[in-house]
Amino acid sequence: MDNALSINHLSYTYHSINGETNALEDVSFFVKQGEFISLVGPSGCGKSTLLNMIAGLLPVQQGEILIQEQPLRKSQKTIGYMLQKDHLLGFRTIYKNILLGPEIQKKCNTQVKEKADALLKKYGLYQFKDSYPKELSGGMRQRAALIRTLMIAPDILLLDEPFSALDYQTRLNVSDDICKIIKEEKITAILVTHDLSEAISVSDRILVLSKRPATIKATLPITFSIPTNSPREARTREEFKDYFHLLWKEVEDENENTN
Amino acid sequence: MKTQISKTSSPPISMQQQIFLKKQRKKHHQIRFLQIGLLFFLILGWEIAADTDAIQAFIFSSPSRIINCFFVMLKEYALLHHMWITVLETLLSFLLVSLISIFLAIILWWFPTCSKVLEPYFVVLNSLPKSALAPILIVWLGNNMKTIIIAAISVAIFGSILSTLSAFVSVEGEKLKLIKTLGGNKWDCLRLVVIPSCIPAILNILKVNIGLCLVGVVIGEFLAAKSGLGYLIIYGSQVFKLDFVMLSIFLLCLLAMILYFSLQGVEKHFKGHF
Ligand SMILES: Nc1ncnc2c1ncn2[C@@H]1O[C@H](COP(=O)(O)OP(=O)(O)OP(=O)(O)O)[C@@H](O)[C@H]1O
Ligand SMILES: [Mg+2]
Repeated sequence: MDNALSINHLSYTYHSINGETNALEDVSFFVKQGEFISLVGPSGCGKSTLLNMIAGLLPVQQGEILIQEQPLRKSQKTIGYMLQKDHLLGFRTIYKNILLGPEIQKKCNTQVKEKADALLKKYGLYQFKDSYPKELSGGMRQRAALIRTLMIAPDILLLDEPFSALDYQTRLNVSDDICKIIKEEKITAILVTHDLSEAISVSDRILVLSKRPATIKATLPITFSIPTNSPREARTREEFKDYFHLLWKEVEDENENTN
Repeated sequence: MKTQISKTSSPPISMQQQIFLKKQRKKHHQIRFLQIGLLFFLILGWEIAADTDAIQAFIFSSPSRIINCFFVMLKEYALLHHMWITVLETLLSFLLVSLISIFLAIILWWFPTCSKVLEPYFVVLNSLPKSALAPILIVWLGNNMKTIIIAAISVAIFGSILSTLSAFVSVEGEKLKLIKTLGGNKWDCLRLVVIPSCIPAILNILKVNIGLCLVGVVIGEFLAAKSGLGYLIIYGSQVFKLDFVMLSIFLLCLLAMILYFSLQGVEKHFKGHF
C-alpha cells in the first residue's frame, strides 16, 4: 500500500533581516495509512515548521513532500491541522464554528450538517451546539476544535501540541478522548508533543528530532503485546515504562549534545 | 409577580449578595442624583447671577434669555431649518467617512506594501489641524454644502482609516492561519475573521467619527455657510446677539449627545459575544 505521507530530504531555511535560520535539514520519513506518529524534540528545533510545510502553509524549498505518492501541490487530499490553541471564533456559536471549513469550501449542504450533528452528539457537545465558545470549558473547546477539523474530512491530521494549553488533569482526559476519536475515525495523524508519556501512550511510532536544524535522530516503534485504542490503558501497561526509559535516553542524549 | 418568580430559575441570592446589590444600586442612584443636582445648581446659579447683575446678561446671557431666544428663533429665524442642516451635514459626512475609511482600510490591509508607502502621508495628514484646510477648500469648492461636508470628512477620515487599519492588522495571525488550514484564501480571512472580530473596534471608531464630523461641520459652517448652527454662532457673535450664540452652543451639545447615544444603542445591540 502507498504511504499516506512521505517526506524526502526536506530542508527549510527562514530568512529575515537578522539573518537566516536553518530550521530543517534533510528530514526524511514516511507515515503509513492510518498510522499515528508523534514527533518529539527540543524546543525551537523546527517541529512546527515541519507541520506548517506539510499543511502547505510554507513553500517547499528543498526536497519533497508526497501525499500518497503525489506531490503536495497536486494532491487532492485534505490535510487537517489542529493548532495549540483552539482558536474558536468568539462571535460564532459552536455549531457555526465547526461548520467553518465546509462554509469556506462552499459545501454546507444537509449531508454536511447531519455529519456535524452526528459528531457533536457522538462527542458530547450536542447540547452546547448553540452556545458560544466562552461558555465552554477548555477541554470542551479543544474537542470542538477537533470536530471542526474532522468536518473537512482530513486524510491526514496534524496536531501541534494541541493539549499544552490545558491543565494536567484535563489534558489527560482530553488527550485520551481525542486520540480515541482519531483512532476510531482511522485517520492518519502526526502529533507534536513535549510530553514523552503522551507520545508513548498514543502513537504507533515516535520520531525523535535533533536540535535545530532538525533531522530525524531516532525512530521508536511502539507495540504493546495486547493492542489498545485507549491511551489511558496504554499508560498502565508493563511495556510503557520500558518505552519511557528508551525515549528518555534518546531525548536526554540530544539535550546533552546541546550543552 | 408569581409568574415572574417561576420563570427565572436562577439560584436564590444569598443575603450578603442582596445587601451588596442594594448598596450598589443606592450608590448608582446617588451619583445620578448628584449629576442632575449639579446641573440644576449651575443653571440656577447662572440665572441668579444674571438677574442680580453679578454678570452681564447681555454678554453672558442667561437660561431664561436662552429659552426666550429659542421660541423667538423658532418663529423668526427658522431655527429648525438650521438644526436640520447641521444634522444633515453631520450625518452625511459621518456616513461617507465611515464607508470610505472602512473601504480604504480593507484595501490597505489587502496590500501591505501600499499601506507601508502611504503610512507617513496618513500620519502627517492626521496630525495636521484640519481647520487649516477649510479656507483652501472654500477656494477650491466654493461657498456651499459640498465644502462643509468635505471639511467635515477631512477632519475625521485620516484618523479613522489609521485606527481601522490598526484594528485589522492586530487580528491574531494564528486565526488567519486557521482559515488557511481549512482551505480558505485571503478573502475568507477578511470576511470570516478580520471584519467580524473588528466590529467592536469599528463601533468605537464610529463613535469618535460622529463627534469629529460634528466638529468639522461647525468649522465648515463658520467659514462657508448661510445656514446651520455654526452659521448661527458666527452670525450671532457678529451682530452681538450672544443669546443666539449660547442657544446654538446648547443645541450643539444636545445634538452631540443624541448622536453619541444613538450609536451607543447600536453598539449595545451588537455587544455580547465579542
Ligand atoms: N517566521 C519565522 N521567521 C524566522 N525564523 C523563524 C520563524 N518561525 C520560526 N523560526 C525559527 O525557526 C526555528 C524553528 O521554529 P519552530 O516553530 O518550527 O520550532 P518548534 O520545534 O515548533 O518549537 P516549539 O517546540 O517551541 O514549538 C526556531 O528557532 C524559530 O526561531
Ligand atoms: Mg512549535
